[in-house]
Amino acid sequence: MSAWVPPRYAHHVPPRPGGVEQARVAIVGGGLVGLTAALDLARRGIASVLLDEDDTLSTGSRAICFSQRTLEIMGRLGIGQRFLDKGITWNRGRVFFRDREAYSFDLLPESGHEYPAFVNLQQYYAEQWLIEACEASGLVDLRWGSRVTGVVPRADGAALEVETRSGPYRLDAEWVLACDGVHSKVRRALDLPFTGQVFDDRFLIADVRMQADFPSERWFWFDPPFHPGQSVLLHKQPDDLWRIDFQLGRDADPEAEREPERVRARVAAMLGEGVAFDLDWVSVYTFRCRRLERFRHGRVLFLGDAAHQVSPFGARGGNGGVQDADNLCWKLAIVLQGEAPERLLDSYDAERIPAADENIRHSSRATDFITPKGSACRAYRDAVLELARDLPLARPFVNSGRLSQPAVLRDSPLNGPDEAPRAAPPGTACPDAPILRDGQPDWLLRQFGQGFLLLAREAHPVKMEGLRTVELRDSPRPGALHDHSGLAAARLGLAPGECALVRPDQHIAARFATTAPDPILAALRRARSL
Amino acid sequence: MKLRRDPNLSDPDALYAALMEAHRGLDEAASRRLDAKLVLLLANHIGDEAVLKEALDLARGTVPGQDAAPATD
Ligand SMILES: Cc1cc2nc3c(=O)[nH]c(=O)nc-3n(C[C@H](O)[C@H](O)[C@H](O)COP(=O)(O)OP(=O)(O)OC[C@H]3O[C@@H](n4cnc5c(N)ncnc54)[C@H](O)[C@@H]3O)c2cc1C
Repeated sequence: MSAWVPPRYAHHVPPRPGGVEQARVAIVGGGLVGLTAALDLARRGIASVLLDEDDTLSTGSRAICFSQRTLEIMGRLGIGQRFLDKGITWNRGRVFFRDREAYSFDLLPESGHEYPAFVNLQQYYAEQWLIEACEASGLVDLRWGSRVTGVVPRADGAALEVETRSGPYRLDAEWVLACDGVHSKVRRALDLPFTGQVFDDRFLIADVRMQADFPSERWFWFDPPFHPGQSVLLHKQPDDLWRIDFQLGRDADPEAEREPERVRARVAAMLGEGVAFDLDWVSVYTFRCRRLERFRHGRVLFLGDAAHQVSPFGARGGNGGVQDADNLCWKLAIVLQGEAPERLLDSYDAERIPAADENIRHSSRATDFITPKGSACRAYRDAVLELARDLPLARPFVNSGRLSQPAVLRDSPLNGPDEAPRAAPPGTACPDAPILRDGQPDWLLRQFGQGFLLLAREAHPVKMEGLRTVELRDSPRPGALHDHSGLAAARLGLAPGECALVRPDQHIAARFATTAPDPILAALRRARSL
Repeated sequence: MKLRRDPNLSDPDALYAALMEAHRGLDEAASRRLDAKLVLLLANHIGDEAVLKEALDLARGTVPGQDAAPATD
């Protein structure tokens, strides 16, 4: 099949070059995260202006593994099905050491979820669908070919200097979401330090087009015969595209390693002679793990790679950034709608900084395992891998990337009581489960909408201001969700008569032993920082 | 303190000899792997994080008032 050709979007032409324009919300950067934020705000009725310096989608090979939580968020935004239709679903990972398989793991041992543990998909498809949905919403003013060159923060927003082909202009925004990626101009304009750990190892990323019958699994080799002393990762993407990551070591020459002939030889050694393939994309990377000290700077908020950077092991960059948008947008929306005070936005820091730290910790540990430095590190790494073949006790030590899991916002200031602690404590993303609605099979998370919600089991709560109620019933009942498999109650840990308060980002805010309204309303206020 | 600090082996000389024997003929890297495997196997057997942390600190010489090898960076 022929290579995919990215769409080009028309450059924005400012109506008054040299003039000043206003926006309530400006989003700098139309990558995966900026587009997700724009669409999330639009779903909540908030208009935004999105500025991107480029006029097309992300080029080359970047994020490919989209996690279940990201898919659930895309589901809430109305485009989850596209990921399922196009993406490659996989749940199994295999780890090889030298010439043998060390062990394999199943990421989703339980069924009964609308979305699998992961789908693999080129980042540009995700971005394209987000753009289409943003356009269709009528609430996102997408401005391509619009580079932000300066940012002056103010108490009531920020002034953005924007450059276009047709000249510059100033955009005075009340709120700025900085989603302009790892080299963030906004971050540099505010002169904010971005510090952390640098890893010296170089990696070669080759996207290879071929017809091959490897299964849809994640294969990771430590020290394989075809690439001795280093690691290799193989992933399947749609369109007969395969991602191969070769660890090159610290002394590799990036220019020489990019030479197509050299790459072809590496790939051929891996696939064996006689396998026909085309090189679709080649690049050489080093990795870093770092973050901003704070993500909120008054009316300027940082999301995605602009706020934090991780190594790719564990697929935490894009997935983490999408969760930033999921976390921030409902808060900004209700602040703008006058339903919550501005200080609610401080909880974005309180919730997403620990999440970023968790991502950084996992991805740093994986990088340390994959690229051991010094003889002791290598001895432990190889000891683990040698033991793992025969002894299950050693397998949990094997770290080829702890794949992205939704953050649990354990210590969030927005969390309310946990009156009946069982499963899914406050701060957890609500687990999905199959249900029947009017006798038809459906999914729990699909019933949630975009607002606060009270999920009650075998109870009929009184009507409460600002709160939708969803009833889970053990047997069919008009207007209620029928928990026919019992999975919803089990995963949520809800006994009959109990209920959970769910935030607009589908996270559990509090759990109650009864549906008495006072504690519920108090928790609802707390979750809005009132 | 959860880590045992009193002698607990009936024949320490025999264990010591078994350790020396296990390392015989191994090069530096293989010796390190052997020790690493031992640590991992025993750590899993002990399974008590507080005990393991204490042992790690003791080995590193970072327990106050203890006379272990000084830690170097
Ligand atoms: C090799 C590789 C593999 C990866 N694999 C995975 C994976 O499997 N799963 C995963 O979740 N993540 C993965 N990631 C990480 C993922 O690609 C990033 O975390 C993700 O793209 C971050 O999205 P973002 O929107 O924050 O930034 P970006 O996608 O970088 O978007 C930034 C946008 O801002 C625009 N911009 C920049 N400066 C300006 C400016 N001054 N003015 C206007 N616009 C500007 C750019 O044009 C761009 O569109 C991988 C990354 C790499 C490099």
